[in-house]
Amino acid sequence: MSREQLVVQRARRSFQTGKSKPLESRIHQLKSLLCFISERQKEIADAVKRDLGKSERGTELFETLGLEGEIKLAIEKLAEWAAPRPVEKNLLTILDEVYVRPEPLGVVLIIGAWNYPWAVTLQPLVGAIAAGNAAVIKPSEVSSHSAKVMEELLPQYLDKDLYPVVTGGVSETQELLKQRFDHIFYTGNCTVGKLVMEAAARHLTPVTLELGGKSPCYIDKNCDISVACRRITWGKFVNCGQTCIAPDFILCEPCIQSQVVEEIQKCIKEFYTDNPETFEDYGRIINQRHFKRLMALMEGSTVALGGGNDESQCYIAPTVLKDVTGESKVMKEEIFGPLLPIITVSGTDEAIQFINEREKPLVIYIFSNDNKLIKRVIAETSSGALLANDCLVHYSVSALPFGGVGNSGMGCYHGRHSFDQLSHLRSCLIKQLKMEAVNSMRYPPHTAKKLSWARFLLLKQVNVCTLQRMALLATFTGLAAFVAQKYLRSR
Amino acid sequence: MSKEQQAVARARKAFETGRSKSLEHRIRQLKNLQRLFIEKQSVISDAIKKDLNKSVVGTQLYETLGLEGEIGLAIKKLKEWAAPRPVEKNLMTISDTVYIKPEPLGVVLIIGAWNYPWAVTIQPLIGAIAAGNAAVVKPSEVCVHTAKVMEDLLPLYIDKELYPVVTGGVSETQELLRQRFDHIFYTGNSVVGKLIMEAAAKHLTPVTLELGGKSPCYIDKNCDITIACRRVAWGKYTNCGQTCIAPDYILCEPSIQDQVIEEVKKAIKEFYTDNPKTCPDYGRIINQRHFKRIISMLEDSTIAVGGDNNESDCYIAPTVLRDVKPEAKVMQEEIFGPLLPILSVSSLDEAIKFINKGEKPLALYVFSSDKQVITRMADDTSSGGLLANDCLVHFSVSSLPFGGVGNSGMGCYHGKYSFDQLSHLRGCLIKQLKMEGVNSMRYPPHTTKKLGWARFFILQTVDLGWVGRMALLAILAVVAAVVLQNYFL
Repeated sequence: MSREQLVVQRARRSFQTGKSKPLESRIHQLKSLLCFISERQKEIADAVKRDLGKSERGTELFETLGLEGEIKLAIEKLAEWAAPRPVEKNLLTILDEVYVRPEPLGVVLIIGAWNYPWAVTLQPLVGAIAAGNAAVIKPSEVSSHSAKVMEELLPQYLDKDLYPVVTGGVSETQELLKQRFDHIFYTGNCTVGKLVMEAAARHLTPVTLELGGKSPCYIDKNCDISVACRRITWGKFVNCGQTCIAPDFILCEPCIQSQVVEEIQKCIKEFYTDNPETFEDYGRIINQRHFKRLMALMEGSTVALGGGNDESQCYIAPTVLKDVTGESKVMKEEIFGPLLPIITVSGTDEAIQFINEREKPLVIYIFSNDNKLIKRVIAETSSGALLANDCLVHYSVSALPFGGVGNSGMGCYHGRHSFDQLSHLRSCLIKQLKMEAVNSMRYPPHTAKKLSWARFLLLKQVNVCTLQRMALLATFTGLAAFVAQKYLRSR
Repeated sequence: MSKEQQAVARARKAFETGRSKSLEHRIRQLKNLQRLFIEKQSVISDAIKKDLNKSVVGTQLYETLGLEGEIGLAIKKLKEWAAPRPVEKNLMTISDTVYIKPEPLGVVLIIGAWNYPWAVTIQPLIGAIAAGNAAVVKPSEVCVHTAKVMEDLLPLYIDKELYPVVTGGVSETQELLRQRFDHIFYTGNSVVGKLIMEAAAKHLTPVTLELGGKSPCYIDKNCDITIACRRVAWGKYTNCGQTCIAPDYILCEPSIQDQVIEEVKKAIKEFYTDNPKTCPDYGRIINQRHFKRIISMLEDSTIAVGGDNNESDCYIAPTVLRDVKPEAKVMQEEIFGPLLPILSVSSLDEAIKFINKGEKPLALYVFSSDKQVITRMADDTSSGGLLANDCLVHFSVSSLPFGGVGNSGMGCYHGKYSFDQLSHLRGCLIKQLKMEGVNSMRYPPHTTKKLGWARFFILQTVDLGWVGRMALLAILAVVAAVVLQNYFL
């Protein structure tokens, strides 16, 4: 038996003991996870610095803070999320118990990504634990230092049979994917996403795929360009553009292109100083393969800003490309790097057309003061999410479902959505062995008369509350009549 | 271009015109669909009679009544379902507009089944139309007459470009599956379900799979066995057992087996007379292939009731098998026919253990007057749905999500769930280009002080209701102070 097979089997056996199900156990594990993040902040930050050149405070801000929030939310709300959810009754179920019961699925496989190795690997884990599952965690081997730290440290905080960490590359992942899981949660790119879904199909395993795409960013000429560019610059160059929801490219009218370039230049200087290469809050490209990929993307486009690079360091300066067209190399794939192309369009019509000619992205950004324009873009495009007048921040609104559509993914998570995504929402209808006479309308021999009763009981969408109020009213009226009658009689 | 490619291309072009999106259009199409079931009831019933030997009233009761209800519900609730859904705000989004917007996915493929051809093919269609999609409808070729009627009638009532009907067999279905869809909704068996999901993976198309399995039915010895058996018999022999949520087999203690057999026998007689073969309300097996499949399951079990059959008629009598062993042929696959095996178990524990050895079923039935028995069954097993003290009827509670788990399927529908399943629920956050000062805590250079602020804003999950109330109180206090001051001064 392979190592992967053993791990999955052990996780399944552990799950079958039932120990992941009680709310106390789930909360206990979540609290341990919280301890892990606060006690091991340094080890985590060190690993991320080596993987992505991120500063310690950057790691806290962009990786672990969000995780802390999600864990705390899950602990606070777990009893509410896990409780049976009563549903609306109809005439036929008026005396019954009708509810949806969230239940664990079993063993979940979580395949993480390298760009925010802690956030995108542990956030699904929070949902898996909260929902009462076991989970096999496969961190990305590309962020090798973080993967190692995760492998060493997580077992010291979480149940190592229920939540094992399995490290490795392509062949280990393929071996994992041959095993049977009750849900697979994958974060990464479309190509591998298809392979994950295909593997899952063999076991009829449902999947959540958090993929990517080219997230467009339309800047309306009638808006505060200075503030808009500040937010876009931040959204783009965080983590060196290696963010699934980074604004991939800008669409704007030609008349504001120069202003946009200038504003971005100002912001880059403000955020990353005159020399981003030596600045601790500016990151690095994850590895040389991606560095080369990004350098090649620049070919054929005009560099308006930046362009500086150093292969030995995997450093690429914050770069803006101007007068880019739809056919440029940089527009052929998701950039996932610090290159910000600007494509000029004649107006909103052309921007919408440009967006719709391409695959549905994970997010669409629109900067405008005109609510009508924003509504138009929402109505005429499709994307995982839509954020107006800022970048990235919808990620931290846990009440919003975070996920893609079409090529950008399927399923969603964050907050309660994580819990629901990794649960089975089981319908429960508890009837009694009484009132058998009511059922006669459904039994053969089928007659027209019985059918009309069935028609009445099934089709009358009665508001049960109204019924209750009517019943109460009728009771009172009856009582009043009775009392009045008695009173009048006695007189 | 193949016929299938053309139908899909036309549906996509029609969707791209945007005409399936307006609420008026969706409601109009749904109302047209409603008319179809009122005006063409007899054509529909005739076809069902030829396919499954169901009576006219039976077709209405089990196929079209439920559909009428779902269409009526969708028309009534569409505006509510399709409206933006505001979500809880936090300190960071206090002055923003935050909501989830349900949006159409695009072109949906609906692959129907043959056992309740109208119900399981049209019910997903209702959700698809309500959610603003186009939909390619592929009825099962096994219910030959109904597929033809669907192909002829649907285009007379609903937009034939947006909602084309494509008939055909395996190769036509495979050709359809090569095309790109925005969602595939399949009802059928696990084997084909896997192929569907594999095909969908090539285009990253999400799927809803309504599959099946062996739905167990546990009868506690402490309950009203007469009523229990009556309900089980009805649930089993409706449509000759060809129901995805039919009670597949019974588990009970040996001490009540004879009584169960007796009561089921009584119920069979009451429902289907002494001679079910001539009773108009008793159906037939869909075709000879399935007939043979089911008959072969009788081989190694003891028949307690029924057993007679007629191949030329595809008739199998309502049959009960006793003392069935787990290794028996009848326990190796979903029966989907009128054979009701009874397996003896010594206790609830053993029943639960037996159930958990098998794949997760679509439905789990437990008959008991003891709440604790029901609770234990719910806690210690997993299934698509759980129904205590009756069979099948959870299907018509539209506020309950109908779907499987594990081998019995993924995704769910009925009522609002159909709408949500075939929509994209898009997260929308509309901010303003003001209050830029607040954002400084997130911009580099990252300092401990800025981080402290970010920590406060992100982690202080404050109840805005409370904050709002406190704020109001504070304002009132200030106003009062000002007024008093003015008055007294």
